[in-house]
Amino acid sequence: MASETHTAEGAAHAADAAAHGGEAVGMPQLDFSTFPNQIFWLVVTLVVIYFVLSRIALPRIGAVLAERQGTIANDIATAEELKLQAQEAERAYEKALADARAEAQRIVAETKAEIKADLDAATAKADAEIAAKQAEAEAQIAEIRAGAMESVTEVAKQTALDVVAAMGFRADASSVNAAVDAKLKG
Amino acid sequence: MAEEATGGLQIHPMDQFIVKPLFGGDAIHWYTPTNVTLWMAISVLCVVLLLVIGTRGRAIVPSRMQSVAELAYGFVYKMVEDVAGKDGLKYFPYIMTLFIFIVFANFLGLIPTAFTTTSHIAVTATMALAVFFGVTILGFVKHGAGFLRLFWIDQAPLVLRPILAIIEIISYFVRPVSHSIRLAGNMMAGHAVIKVFAGFAGVLGVGAVFPLAAITAVYALETLVAFIQAYVFAILTCVYLRDALHPHH
Repeated sequence: MASETHTAEGAAHAADAAAHGGEAVGMPQLDFSTFPNQIFWLVVTLVVIYFVLSRIALPRIGAVLAERQGTIANDIATAEELKLQAQEAERAYEKALADARAEAQRIVAETKAEIKADLDAATAKADAEIAAKQAEAEAQIAEIRAGAMESVTEVAKQTALDVVAAMGFRADASSVNAAVDAKLKG
Repeated sequence: MAEEATGGLQIHPMDQFIVKPLFGGDAIHWYTPTNVTLWMAISVLCVVLLLVIGTRGRAIVPSRMQSVAELAYGFVYKMVEDVAGKDGLKYFPYIMTLFIFIVFANFLGLIPTAFTTTSHIAVTATMALAVFFGVTILGFVKHGAGFLRLFWIDQAPLVLRPILAIIEIISYFVRPVSHSIRLAGNMMAGHAVIKVFAGFAGVLGVGAVFPLAAITAVYALETLVAFIQAYVFAILTCVYLRDALHPHH
């Protein structure tokens, strides 16, 4: 399709060229009769583009780029600042945490010491009580033991007396007692 | 050209470059509105559309059009700064004008049936000569006779210097020729080749797929060339500008 339009156009060109006196025979680039025209329009074009660029487009784009550069630099500075702030906040947080931990530890130690003191006092008191009770009990036991010894002596004397009497002897109670005492001691 | 003689094969690869009056008539005076006028006007329109309308939002976060405009601005600005140096930035609008005009003229020329203004030596030579005279005058204004040191290479042995100076002077005067023919030649050749393949496609019937594939390939290449040639033209302008600003190698 493209080729068709091209050939059609080519035919038109050929007709045109014929009208122009056989332009297409050589290189149209070397047809010097068209040079003034091309150069004139080129100069017009370049001047127009130059003014459009130097008056409007380039200053505008330059300003936009500079502004963007500034914005980016600003944003980076702000970000840097925020980062510093965050670091500071983190440090403060860490410090508070450490403080709280130390405080907690102090309280724990204090409480532990208090409890220990209470406990020691209670233990000492209990020990004292126990010791007193023990002494009392020991005294009682000693007393009971003494009582029992006495009863044993009594019974032994009576029994010895009875045994002597049963064997048909008359015995003096006091000598029997003395003999029993001696025997018990021995 | 020669193909025209071969009977049924009607190929006129050069017809697309003919300058025609827009509103009929035969005479082409210097002021006649021609297809040159039309396509240059369209390129001006595109420049305005991209660089003025596209950036009217002045947005910090750019729209697509503004992005492209900023990209073009940054691309040329950095090129001028890198090649011509900081003091070359004063001439940035001139180089931007040339670059943006050539880019749009090249790309508009790729539209089928369009007229490629930069395929004409008259156009490219005018620009190249403007650059040539511009930088030469600038060099003499900035450095006076000291600008001639550009041709006197101090690093070379003394006996070689006059010979080198002659070579340098010749190469200096050849600059506008190569500068202009490079652009016009690239544009013309690519478009002519596309047209030749199109002519083949017209007579081959079903076999036309081959020339069509070739056209596609050449077109892709031409898209690349359209940009690269504008870039080359602009960067050479920067190089010449650097020589004018700093002639002491």
